[in-house]
Amino acid sequence: MNYRTRRTICDKGLYVLVCLCAALVVGLLVGLIGYIFYKGLPHITWELLSTAPSVLRGMIGILPNLLNTLYIIGFTLLIALPVGVGAAIYLNEYAKNRRLIAVVEFAAETLSGIPSILYGLVGMLFFCQMLGFQTSLLAGACTLTIMILPTIIRTTQESLKTVPASYREGALGLGASRWHMIRTIILPSSIDGIVTGCILSIGRIVGESAALLFTAGVGTVVAKSVIKAFTRAGGTLSVALYMYASERAEFDVAFAIAAILLLLVLLINAAAGLARKTLKR
Amino acid sequence: MERIAARTGLPRAQSKAQRAERTAHRTRQIARVIERVMNAVFVLCGLVSIAAVALITGYIIWAGLPAIREIGLTEFLFGRVWASTAAEPKFGILPFILTSVWGTLGAVVIGVPIGLLTAVFLARVAPKGLHRLVAPAVDLLSGIPSVVYGLIGMMVLSPTLMRLFSLKSGSCMLAAVLVLAIMILPTIISVSETALRAVPPEYEEASLALGATKMETVFKVTIPAARSGIAAGIVLGVGRAIGEAMAVMMVAGNVANMPGLFKSVRFLTTAVASEMSYAGGLQRQALFSIALVLYIFIMAINLVLNTMLKKEADA
Repeated sequence: MNYRTRRTICDKGLYVLVCLCAALVVGLLVGLIGYIFYKGLPHITWELLSTAPSVLRGMIGILPNLLNTLYIIGFTLLIALPVGVGAAIYLNEYAKNRRLIAVVEFAAETLSGIPSILYGLVGMLFFCQMLGFQTSLLAGACTLTIMILPTIIRTTQESLKTVPASYREGALGLGASRWHMIRTIILPSSIDGIVTGCILSIGRIVGESAALLFTAGVGTVVAKSVIKAFTRAGGTLSVALYMYASERAEFDVAFAIAAILLLLVLLINAAAGLARKTLKR
Repeated sequence: MERIAARTGLPRAQSKAQRAERTAHRTRQIARVIERVMNAVFVLCGLVSIAAVALITGYIIWAGLPAIREIGLTEFLFGRVWASTAAEPKFGILPFILTSVWGTLGAVVIGVPIGLLTAVFLARVAPKGLHRLVAPAVDLLSGIPSVVYGLIGMMVLSPTLMRLFSLKSGSCMLAAVLVLAIMILPTIISVSETALRAVPPEYEEASLALGATKMETVFKVTIPAARSGIAAGIVLGVGRAIGEAMAVMMVAGNVANMPGLFKSVRFLTTAVASEMSYAGGLQRQALFSIALVLYIFIMAINLVLNTMLKKEADA
């Protein structure tokens, strides 16, 4: 009897512990989001969103950071998406050399394990100094391109793997060339993975700061044109959050940016979920 | 066919057929060229990631070696004092290495039990409705930018610790460890959950049939059966923790002390990040050397992870 009660207590205790841990995780998230929104949302004003910071008027605005974030997302995806999808197609459709596949996959895994601060350093050495981009949005975007490559490769590859072999056989059997088959059959039917990869990458770019601090810099000037913007230093939202919190102790602005970032993350997660659900065949 | 030929006249039909033949030939040729070009393009895309790894490795080694050669490997790795801007500069990174190791260990000690139990909840305990609530929460946790964690650590955690332990400053190793523990949670949870779900149901059914309770089954059968996957999750978490820079920079106080729970410390990552903006000469090169040490750590972790995953795949 004693043994049995002990077992029951142990069982119930562990059960409660497991539930407590899950509750803790959810609680952490809810507390975190709640606190950031509570502190940040009241400080998001139209003025903050639509102006550049000005020392003269003693004002802080995050319009340049918003624009920089958008520019970097656009440029990075523009390059990383074709390359990443191409790499995934190569791995899944073209490559026959087992060893080469293993090496490419190992490289992609290694890339995804390298911390962003190291990307920042190499980006600084290679893009900013070696190629002479200076500290500019362009250098930052190039650095991020390498960084998000593994994400796009992995999600695309996973989705390519789910395309039934009969599709390929059907297309090839009707006399389609390999490229024609990929363009008309394989890519459309793996669109869900590609879109998911895009969305995840956007999330990663939005949140990135360490890799951008030394490559894209912290500039806060609104450039006159998109091309000019890329040749200049420009901080994204995350970098701006770090600068305002750590270097300038403008905590209200920092919380406002944090709230915007969280809103973006919520949006991105919802979009990823939606993409997975609606685009699935 | 004959009727068509009769109506159109034979010679014309022939020339038409020839023309068709010629265009078909040309299209086929173009198609072949396109095919070859696309093949090359895809091969190139595949090679980009290899080139990127080579580039990163090459640059880190190339930039990191000079300072080590100048300072001396043992003095660099085991020197206990980092005074990069002193009149007689000293470049010993033992404090950073130990801080990174202890900090990561601390984060794992706190994060792994919570993460593993949450994974158990998700994989085996939660009813479907709750699963639909908790799983997205974990996803969301992994999507939150590290600077936001840093901000919360700075504004909430540090002051709390300061009051709790009556410290002079709340920016200390403990704060960094707690932030890291939270940041590695999603990694550990999602990898462990996958591992737990992959355990064949027969194992658990056998255990339950023998009279074990649900929790006994989970803890004595399911978790041991999933241990290699869980270990992979932990190693992945270690990699995340050791490479995290910004959040740690905002909460750890950033002074080059030897590690101590309530001391202001500097990690390998923050050592690089905090001085890079103004460093020059040997100091700058020494920062690259720190990056090299960090890189070696990360590669070692990757190697361990890969062998573990391969073993699991073989098993």
